[in-house]
Amino acid sequence: MAENRTIALRCTNLHRYLGEGEGRVHVLKGVSFEARSGDVYAIVGPSGCGKSTLLYLLGLLDQPEEGEISINGQLMSNSDDAARTAARGEHIGFVFQFHFLMLEFSALDNVMMPMRKLGKLTPDQMTDRAHQLLTSVGLGEKTHRLGTQLSGGEQQRVAVARALANQPSIILADEPTGNLDVKNSSIVFDLLTRLAKENGQAVILVTHNPDIAGRCDFTRPMRDGLFV
Amino acid sequence: MSPNFRIAFRFLTAKKRAMTMSLACTIIGVGLFIVTQATTSGFEEFFIKTILGTDGAMRIQDEIQDTIHAIKTSETSDFTVSAREEGRKYIEGVQEPTQIIEALANFANVSGASAVLRGNIQVRSSFKNESAQIFGIEIDQHVKVSVLKSQVIEGSLDVFRDTPSGVLIGSVLAARLHLQVDSSILIDPLNQQPARRYRICGIYETGVRDIDKSRVYVRLSEARSLLKKPTGVTFIQLNLNDPYRAPQDALHMEEVLRHSAEPWQEREKSWLSAFSALKISSGITVSVFTLIAGLAMFNTLAMIVLEKTKDIAILRSMGYERSDITQIFLWQAVIVLAVGIVAGSLFGGGATYAISQMPLPRGGITGIFATKHFIVNLTPWHFVEASLTAIVTVMVASLIPARRAARLEPGDIVRGTAQ
Ligand SMILES: Nc1ncnc2c1ncn2[C@@H]1O[C@H](COP(=O)(O)OP(=O)(O)OP(=O)(O)O)[C@@H](O)[C@H]1O
Ligand SMILES: [Mg+2]
Repeated sequence: MAENRTIALRCTNLHRYLGEGEGRVHVLKGVSFEARSGDVYAIVGPSGCGKSTLLYLLGLLDQPEEGEISINGQLMSNSDDAARTAARGEHIGFVFQFHFLMLEFSALDNVMMPMRKLGKLTPDQMTDRAHQLLTSVGLGEKTHRLGTQLSGGEQQRVAVARALANQPSIILADEPTGNLDVKNSSIVFDLLTRLAKENGQAVILVTHNPDIAGRCDFTRPMRDGLFV
Repeated sequence: MSPNFRIAFRFLTAKKRAMTMSLACTIIGVGLFIVTQATTSGFEEFFIKTILGTDGAMRIQDEIQDTIHAIKTSETSDFTVSAREEGRKYIEGVQEPTQIIEALANFANVSGASAVLRGNIQVRSSFKNESAQIFGIEIDQHVKVSVLKSQVIEGSLDVFRDTPSGVLIGSVLAARLHLQVDSSILIDPLNQQPARRYRICGIYETGVRDIDKSRVYVRLSEARSLLKKPTGVTFIQLNLNDPYRAPQDALHMEEVLRHSAEPWQEREKSWLSAFSALKISSGITVSVFTLIAGLAMFNTLAMIVLEKTKDIAILRSMGYERSDITQIFLWQAVIVLAVGIVAGSLFGGGATYAISQMPLPRGGITGIFATKHFIVNLTPWHFVEASLTAIVTVMVASLIPARRAARLEPGDIVRGTAQ
């Protein structure tokens, strides 16, 4: 894998404004970025510099005012909602910064949710895979707990497991270890890096943890809407 | 189980109060719809049964006289031009009843025909006088076009059949004249002929007050001599296999028999339209309930949409499409509808049954028909209509929040700027 690493995700000159009228803010001021499959990237930077905003754009959850995004060589920034939705389901695993789970559903249900939509596995295979993923984030014992019955850190780990469910080529995680202790941070981070290496997935994570950032293949510091 | 249905089910059951509310409204809406339709149409059906059983489905009367005569266009062709509709004139009564009854045999829908000679009379008892009408009938023919047999509440039809000077009189008239079975009365034909004495063989009750207070049945031959009408009758009363085809049959009969034919729908127009109005007004009342069910569903879903925006963002981030989101919310409406329709039907059916067992106040209704109990008419159609009404209102009400949910942009939701 390491020899012929393809570009899984590329964005060029992304601009994003947020807010209306007087409060309109130029959040992203021409961001360009590339992620190759099999590599782990850390985006770091002070609070409010636009990391989450960038991640939403890369995850096709939001659209830039200007600039281009391509996923696995396919230009996505100009495509319609249906195409972007399909790409999200198939190629992207997303871990949100704040809300992680659908709380009325069990951990297992949450992890199976993307698999059910994609519909590539049989129900039994889905259950097996979900169990496997939850075990790998250390929650093998709590698969039937509802989201509401899990701690913040546990929820976050279920969210990571869910992002991995469809074996996406790109994993975008907004502070996936934000609520975790050192030990669990390591478990989650190691899982992500191992998968990146084993399956050739591109992992892009936002982190405030210098230790984690230091262990990534690449670190992209960001300041005031631009990479520095 | 489809993933969308699963999600819908969880969303819904997580909001028990709101769900119970919209479910309750749906159940009440469906139930009341069934109850009101069953009762209003029950009384209507009963009225129709009463009038069909008394005056038959159709009357053939008054011969049609052409004012614009058929014109033969040429000697070789029998093509005729006629314009009968306008300026129609009638000769009163049916001059050749036997001929007409024979001709009626060709109408497959006709199941019986009875010639009736009617005339105004005065009935005298030892107590007082009342004006009334005699109906001269051949009893064996007349029982085929009416339920007179079951309307006789005292005395018997068989005695009437065997007694040349026998009469059947209505219950109201009997009460007014203080008459019982076997009492004798004098009938004055009001034509300078002397009054004749008759014996009461039976007292009938149709429930239709106008009839019960004025109609006296005698033998056709008696009526002929009383009224000095040796031939012809006033009308021919028909019974039809399918009374709802009467208007079409009437047109056809007028064409063929050259006599006016009046279907019951025409004859009882004013009562029938009163029943329609009743049905419409109760329909409106019930629609209010279904409307409330729709509003409750709208409210429930709108609330769930608001509370679940983050879940919507998560679903969308995982590849769930806009149409999936719409489906998730419509499924919730479908679940409420399915449960609501089943429970509402049970409730409506049960309540209708309970109502049918309920005695009417003051011993019952008489006037346009007679009954001591609430009359209900519960047909599968009422369930279908109730279900369809609920489905349409609830689905329409659900469409708005469902589509709003689908339009939400995941980016706006996660930033908290979704509206
Ligand atoms: N709806 C909005 N209207 C105007 N400005 C906004 C809006 N949402 C976010 N912003 C601004 O955009 C900037 C970038 O926000 P973003 O959430 O991307 O920051 P971040 O780098 O992820 O911060 P953190 O590390 O705290 O998560 C912030 O300065 C924020 O104030
Ligand atoms: Mg952020």
